[in-house]
Amino acid sequence: MSAAEGLYRPGTSPLHRLAPQTKLVALVALTFAVVATPREAMWAFGVYALLLASLFALARVPAGWIASRSLVETPFLLLAFAFPFLSGGETLQWGFLELSVEGLWAGWNLIAKATLGVWAALLLAATTPVADLLAGLSRLRCPEILLQITAFAIRYAHLTVAELAQMRRARLARCDDPRFLWQAGALARGLGVVFIRSFERGERVWQAMAARGYTGRLPLDVSPAGASVAQWGAAMAAPAIAASVALWTAVGA
Amino acid sequence: MPDLALHIPNGIIGIPTSLAFGLAAALAVGACVAAARRGLDERLVPLAGLATAFIFAAQMLNFPVAAGVSGHLLGGALAAALLGPGLGVLCVTVVIGVQALLFADGGVSALGLNVVNMAVISTFAAYGVIALALKLLGRTRVGLTVAVFAASVVSVVAAAAGFLVEFWIGGEPIGQSFGAVAAAIGSVHVLIGIGEGVITAAAVVAVALARPDLVYALKGARIAEPAAVKEIA
Repeated sequence: MSAAEGLYRPGTSPLHRLAPQTKLVALVALTFAVVATPREAMWAFGVYALLLASLFALARVPAGWIASRSLVETPFLLLAFAFPFLSGGETLQWGFLELSVEGLWAGWNLIAKATLGVWAALLLAATTPVADLLAGLSRLRCPEILLQITAFAIRYAHLTVAELAQMRRARLARCDDPRFLWQAGALARGLGVVFIRSFERGERVWQAMAARGYTGRLPLDVSPAGASVAQWGAAMAAPAIAASVALWTAVGA
Repeated sequence: MPDLALHIPNGIIGIPTSLAFGLAAALAVGACVAAARRGLDERLVPLAGLATAFIFAAQMLNFPVAAGVSGHLLGGALAAALLGPGLGVLCVTVVIGVQALLFADGGVSALGLNVVNMAVISTFAAYGVIALALKLLGRTRVGLTVAVFAASVVSVVAAAAGFLVEFWIGGEPIGQSFGAVAAAIGSVHVLIGIGEGVITAAAVVAVALARPDLVYALKGARIAEPAAVKEIA
């Protein structure tokens, strides 16, 4: 995983060209619309899935990529599949399995909302470079210090990850194979060493920057571009559809 | 696997609660930003960035809890011990935000909940325990080990308790009694907390022996055991 570029997939689709701040606001609005939809309105979740699928097609993101990146939610899918067996209340006989109705609804609710949320976030991550994302957050008045920390963290994360991986390989090459917690000492000391190295790298980076005239502000993106009304309109189209579906289901139910 | 259970996805907590905790998270992080602006010289911004990169990497590292079960660090106690509570909150917040926006890990609607649990509650709880324990036990190697270990356990359990409170206020119905959920989540996180404690304590002590000036919780003092320093170095 190249942490420096996140999950960005270069491209020139309309979604790639949208201003990042509009995409961020659209993501938040869409997510809340999905979460607000009552779980009994199954067709609404189908509409959301279709909406996101067509946006993925527009951005030319292949389905296999989405599937492999959606694996982050695996623990929750397992949890959702466990609900029908753990919950009490009214039960439903399905083959030889006795499933709780309430548990089935809870599992469906979690699967549908978590998956759609992951897809929406993947759409943003796939079509927006990290630097644009930071510029968009800066337009949305995210505090400068958080953005600077984020920029440094993303830029150097792959180095730190590589150092930890290197340590791990060195441990394994010397037959260290911890299976129990009390054997984890070498791992923890390695972590301490990597922290010291990271901090010392931070000191060197700061000295190099100070030598080049750094005064505490970073030209992340010289001046993040504003978004036109047309851009806002285009970005908010999908959340607007989702919000009206959510409203429809809420009123109808 | 159970270690991921703290990154709340969309669809577990209802919207009003999510929004309320989003506001709480914004206020708490805002206060830390203001404190950092006042206290932080510009030297610390690159350092905080590299420390965040470190927490990010440390979260990818799995440690064994028992045969077949492994967890990964949450990093709240580590950040509190090494960077102090204010900066620690900012660093963990950045990690959570990056995971939600760049890697789709943790729901966007639950961002506020996740920040409150894992950044604010866990870091401040850990720092409180460390400060208290160091006062009681003194700045020795044993004292630091015990303090960081206890702080890690408390920070993980406090974060889990934060989740339970949020779930109690505005959780979507899942057909199980609150007691059953609380027992399941509580017991898993005590185990994770112990794992986190062993790793974090050993890591912080390793840093304290080599560069005591980098451990915020020691406030510039060396730990009182010069013989051990020679032995390790």
